Amino acid sequence: MKENTPIERLYNGILKENPTFVLMLGMCPTLAVTTSAINGVGMGLSTCAVLMMSNLIISLLRKFIPDRVRMPAYIVVVASFVTIVEMLMQAYVRSVYTALGLYIPLIVVNCIILGRAESYASKNKPLASFFDGLGMGLGFTLALTIIGAVRELLGAGEIFGIHVMPESFEPVSIMVMAPGAFFVLAVLTALQNKFKAPSATNHGDKFCQGNCASCMDKTCKIMERSEDK
Amino acid sequence: MSFFSTLFLGIISAALVNNVVLSRFLGLCPFLGVSKKTSTAVGMGSAVIAVITLSSAITYVIDHYILRENLRYLRTIVFILIIAALVQTVEIILKKKIPSLYKALGVYLPLITTNCAVLGVAIDSAQKSYTFGETMIYSVGTAVGFLIAIVLMSGIREKIEHNDIPDSFKGMPIVLVTAGLMAIAFFGFKGTIG
Repeated sequence: MKENTPIERLYNGILKENPTFVLMLGMCPTLAVTTSAINGVGMGLSTCAVLMMSNLIISLLRKFIPDRVRMPAYIVVVASFVTIVEMLMQAYVRSVYTALGLYIPLIVVNCIILGRAESYASKNKPLASFFDGLGMGLGFTLALTIIGAVRELLGAGEIFGIHVMPESFEPVSIMVMAPGAFFVLAVLTALQNKFKAPSATNHGDKFCQGNCASCMDKTCKIMERSEDK
Repeated sequence: MSFFSTLFLGIISAALVNNVVLSRFLGLCPFLGVSKKTSTAVGMGSAVIAVITLSSAITYVIDHYILRENLRYLRTIVFILIIAALVQTVEIILKKKIPSLYKALGVYLPLITTNCAVLGVAIDSAQKSYTFGETMIYSVGTAVGFLIAIVLMSGIREKIEHNDIPDSFKGMPIVLVTAGLMAIAFFGFKGTIG
């Protein structure tokens, strides 16, 4: 597939380098808000909106931002879009806004966004960066929805609020509480290892190894190099 | 309630009952990433305590005297910039004045800007309109909770190294299972404060 075309970027974000399952980035919102599938969709789509817009703007500004202050500059761009998204959600989708609560402003420190700004948008053309953001955002939404659906199914016997499990099914309520998030993600990553699917956990240094903190400076360089090839 | 019992209950509640990592999922990245060895975990935990305490004091003052009611929508932008600037400043001061402490904590400092626990605590206490005292108790308690969680985790991970784990669970999956079991254990604290 040709590099940096919109279709290739979408495929890359949703499947090849899925931010949650493959890159293991942005774990905090992934585990915190996925108590139900609908919350996963809400969080995923709001992150997707911020990611698209910030990638577009950062890519447009990439020749004007001095290298030494690029991080604060990116943070300001991302924080502005997060504020816009937060206000829009407060006005139009009140229920999702209340359910996600504190985790909406925390989209600012979601390392997927700064990671993509640093490793992709700051060196590529606006259109490709926009679709990179869209692909990564949709990949994130997909992952959150899957984790949310599994937890909701086991924890409440429902998917998107519709009862699907038979009457005799006793809901395992621990799955919708904090520990359930860890268990579901543990099983999902174990399955990935089992079937040798590419993931940060079994590809050594190639990806960020689930540590977005170190990804910000050191590991991202490795990531860039692997992308440059 | 007397001053000391408020203080004590506040810290216990923030550190153990509502543990920042295990029940609120903030600061999960360093919790999973920097918990391979106990010594680094202690370093990261202490750096987080220092940054959270300082940043919530400063953000409280800014929020109350500069942003107030009419500029509230700037909270997210202002807070994250304050935290980023603060981390930089602390790093520079430590490097110049206390090189020994800088050597111990220095490497973790730049990583803290992206730790969502720091921004989370600042925004949470501003949204709940805590007083200055409550903000400080809440932030110190949260930070201590982070230290407890990451040190416990690193201790367990050092032991896990020597165990026989099924192949597909090696690495991240077993760490996540451990975190889940720790979260269940921390549920036990829920009954301590009525």
